[in-house]
Amino acid sequence: MAFLRRLRSRLVVIAGLLTLGYLLLPNVVVTVFSFNDPKGRFNYTWQKFSTDAWTDPCGVADLCGSLSISLQIAAWATLGATVLGTMIAFALVRYRFRARGAVNSLIFLPMAMPEVVMAASLLTLFLNLGAQLGFWTILIAHIMFCLSFVVVAVKARVMSMDPRLEEAARDLYAGPVQTFVRVTLPIAAPGIAAGALLAFALSFDDFIITNFNAGALVTFPMFVWGSAQRGTPVQINVIGTAMFVVAVLCVLAGMAVGNRRKRQKAA
Amino acid sequence: MKTTTDTGGDVRLSGIGKTYGSFTAVHPLDLTVPQGSFFALLGASGCGKTTTLRMIAGLEEPTSGTVSLGEQDVTRLPPHKRPVNTVFQSYALFPHLDIFENVAFGLRRRGIRSVKKQVEEMLELVQLGEQARKKPHQLSGGQQQRVAVARALINHPKVLLLDEPLGALDLKLRRQMQLELKRIQTEVGITFIHVTHDQEEAMTMADTVAVMNAGRVEQLGPPTDLYENPRTTFVANFLGTSNLIEAEVDSRGGGDIVVKAGDCKLTLPEARCPAPVTAGGRLLVGVRPEKISLVHADDAGGIPAGRNRVTGRIAGSSFIGVSTQYVIDSPVCPELEVYAQNVDRDARLAPGAEVVLHWSPAHTFGLDAAQDIDAGVQDIGEEAA
Repeated sequence: MAFLRRLRSRLVVIAGLLTLGYLLLPNVVVTVFSFNDPKGRFNYTWQKFSTDAWTDPCGVADLCGSLSISLQIAAWATLGATVLGTMIAFALVRYRFRARGAVNSLIFLPMAMPEVVMAASLLTLFLNLGAQLGFWTILIAHIMFCLSFVVVAVKARVMSMDPRLEEAARDLYAGPVQTFVRVTLPIAAPGIAAGALLAFALSFDDFIITNFNAGALVTFPMFVWGSAQRGTPVQINVIGTAMFVVAVLCVLAGMAVGNRRKRQKAA
Repeated sequence: MKTTTDTGGDVRLSGIGKTYGSFTAVHPLDLTVPQGSFFALLGASGCGKTTTLRMIAGLEEPTSGTVSLGEQDVTRLPPHKRPVNTVFQSYALFPHLDIFENVAFGLRRRGIRSVKKQVEEMLELVQLGEQARKKPHQLSGGQQQRVAVARALINHPKVLLLDEPLGALDLKLRRQMQLELKRIQTEVGITFIHVTHDQEEAMTMADTVAVMNAGRVEQLGPPTDLYENPRTTFVANFLGTSNLIEAEVDSRGGGDIVVKAGDCKLTLPEARCPAPVTAGGRLLVGVRPEKISLVHADDAGGIPAGRNRVTGRIAGSSFIGVSTQYVIDSPVCPELEVYAQNVDRDARLAPGAEVVLHWSPAHTFGLDAAQDIDAGVQDIGEEAA
């Protein structure tokens, strides 16, 4: 009975830990298998510990080239979608114009559309326009589907902003540009950053739309997919683990900066 | 704290009005606020007072008319080019900047480099020197309010606009801040224009009060003048409480008007009746509750001659501490209010007792009977809004 009571009082903690495990188990597998030394071409069964792949991450032909292409596309797509999405979000929250309601709903359409249908239709569009498939068609497609997510993230933030703050800035001798740079942008920044991160993540690992519209170009997700037909190099796991570690480090650095500021203020 | 000598003249609004589509927020109005005065715009929510203030700040463009500061017409100037600063209702402190930077904001935008000394002086004036490095959300409501005042005043504006600045504070703190604001205004000598729906606040602080109703200025003057000589039922009811009795003009002469209400005859000075008076015409006769004396019907013989007298029965009483407030049911008016100081309390004055009310004719005023007798009466719902 005592055991049951203890179990019941910790039920929430246990459920939480199980969920966390469920979430992180795939990441653990990726990391563990980045240290594998597989027999043959497939990295599916554990053989023995090795750091070969870590010391030579670009050892597989075309892997680092595709990674670089994916990072470039993700960076430009993030920039494009964040700038456009932020402007759309401000327009939708701050201004009353004709068809505002319609635009508000239409913005969500790309999110609701099945991705594979969107991909095929985009290809049709590009072919009809006579566009050459490659870097630019991928970038245009990525900005398009990232836009909705940025708008959602920024809009939530702008809606919670008190418009009187900008009035106060104008009242205190800040012109339109200064008001935007000194007050509007810093306050909206968390929403914009969230939108940008989301855009980067979505663009970096998009496969379906990219695969349809890439032409001869190979991005990192396409490389992984392609090589999975013939064998999975350990280096894929290395890249995956490295991305995960970079992301975790970024979060930790952000938290450290925040904590230090708090401590400085308290002092 | 230096007193600004160059405050640059009066604020003049000429024919200024604002309409939104078919809704008129402010009817074209003329208003002059003398330099260095503490001016209050008083009215219920939605009466146009905040719109008027925002037109002075430049945050709202008037549909008609002009705004002048001294000799300068500022009607077309954007807010950041006007020598006017605002204390907003919600304070609108910048959440991403600390208190020091909030206060320094206006100076920095005008390109002033060394702001440290000025900001520290200003924070001392509002007693927040210790809090300079805190963020706004770490301060209490009263402290945030003082930051908002400091952030505006540091720019030495020609006019300081205050939009319900004390609305979010609790009663005790509000009283304290009323005195504090009055002290600061006297010290810096800058013109303050204060928007409020709280008649007590307006009367406590302002030299001149403009009572607004439905987009118009109903009456303008010093608080005592507005209180003693209201010219409309709205002002009579909105500022304090008034007993208004419907009456018929009986005769006039010798500077007095005599009216009949039921079978009572009441006298009031002609000078205190702005309404047109014709024999047989109707009039509203008003008297403030604290001006009325209350005696038990048995003692009615002791009332001096020449006083206005009304009989009635006590319908209810509430003990407030310094005074007791009675509601009297009288043939001339169903609910007459009387405030009696608790000096010598007569135990017979309890609900149900027959009483006689009497007051000096000099304390009686007259109003045009063609108005809504209940205009400006604040019900509880309105006050909460």
